[in-house]
Amino acid sequence: MRIRVDPDKCQGHARCYGLAPELFDVDDYGLSTAVDGGNVPPGLEDKARLAIANCPEYAIEEL
Amino acid sequence: MARTQPVERWETDFDVLDAGYIADPFSVWDRLRGTCPIAHTERRGSTWLPTRYEDVVALAHDVEHFSSQKIAVIPLDGDEPEEPVLAYGLPPISADPPLHTWTRRLLLPWFSHRRVEGYEGLTRTLCAGLVDSFASDGRVDAAGRYAQQIPVRVIAHVLGVPPEMADTFTGWVRDVLEFADDPERRARGGDALLDFFVAEVARRKTEPGEDLLSELLATEVDGAPMDEAIVLGTAALVLIAGVDTTWSAIGSSLWHLAGHPDDRRRLVAEPELMPLAVEELLRAYSPVTMARVVVEDTEFQGCPMHAGDKVLMNFPGANRDPAAFEDADRVVLDRALNRHVAFGSGIHRCAGSNLARMELRVALEEWLRRIPEFHLADDAEVTWAGGQVRGPRSLPVVLS
Repeated sequence: MRIRVDPDKCQGHARCYGLAPELFDVDDYGLSTAVDGGNVPPGLEDKARLAIANCPEYAIEEL
Repeated sequence: MARTQPVERWETDFDVLDAGYIADPFSVWDRLRGTCPIAHTERRGSTWLPTRYEDVVALAHDVEHFSSQKIAVIPLDGDEPEEPVLAYGLPPISADPPLHTWTRRLLLPWFSHRRVEGYEGLTRTLCAGLVDSFASDGRVDAAGRYAQQIPVRVIAHVLGVPPEMADTFTGWVRDVLEFADDPERRARGGDALLDFFVAEVARRKTEPGEDLLSELLATEVDGAPMDEAIVLGTAALVLIAGVDTTWSAIGSSLWHLAGHPDDRRRLVAEPELMPLAVEELLRAYSPVTMARVVVEDTEFQGCPMHAGDKVLMNFPGANRDPAAFEDADRVVLDRALNRHVAFGSGIHRCAGSNLARMELRVALEEWLRRIPEFHLADDAEVTWAGGQVRGPRSLPVVLS
């Protein structure tokens, strides 16, 4: 599974980081990026889906 | 606080300061979503009240037609006179791009995850100390002696202003936000707050510190010191936005837990639920409504909005929309799908959201750790503030 945060949509709510800190990094301005090029380690797929489903800006997509 | 004429038709004559609405806005939104999802009123100027999630989010994202230059939910009679000394209002919240963009970038690092982790220790010590001060009293006003005491001290720390002045700061912020329909009180609080920051700015010119206010003063824009009106506006914003809002969220959450023993006991038994529970309590009891001003005549969802009209960013109502949330009026502590917009949506997402979340979580953790069992003394004694920020102002609870 691979995911990506759209930097044009992300507004820094940080819900993804709160739900799945293993999968996202957030910079000092709130912009979130998927770690490891968006590759989701096996076993963390549900967390990735949870992050996608809770983003208020619909900024996270599964590639 | 509200001194308003009774409302007969919410669709065409709503009033957010109606006492019944302040106590229970939820049933009004439910009704409006069925009859007239974007209500209108001429009270305090032509104003629109969207109640659907989809509409509120669309409005918040359309910053070209809906400007943030007038964000007060309760305008003064006629127009809002800008304080001459605050030529730019309270940026970035009352600014549109491009001023919004760079002033927001100055603030954001102060409320990043990493910084907020650094504020957690002092927040926890503060909360624990407050609980210790009343835990054996048997009864306490959880709003006045707990919720109200927390965010103001944390934000004072961030700004570098004296935490001993907490009650004074709270008084000014309440004057500005909560008693906004009383022009004299609003002006008095606003003037006092501004005078305070003018003096703090003057002091920092000779004695800079490690705080947000000092950093703003040292910031250069295009090779020149930042306009002092922007420094003052931003500092005032941080204090105003950092006090009433989170205090209200903490109070509403304690009100919910006092009246819902099943949720309270579950949270005590399953503390790992806290992060999800915090989001759910923020959704169900979102404190903050902002306003936008219509830039030019436009039609939105069939509503003829005219230049100068206000549109209320009803984030609390959006978060109760059954089209966006299953069982929207029920608190589900472990709600898994929760795209709530308690902190807004789009470019004005609350800059302090990480801080607010941490404060709410720590305030609930420290309360429940010492006081797992408590209930409302009498629901009739609970008083609520509404308008820009909704939350309990008096919350007597019995501690078991």
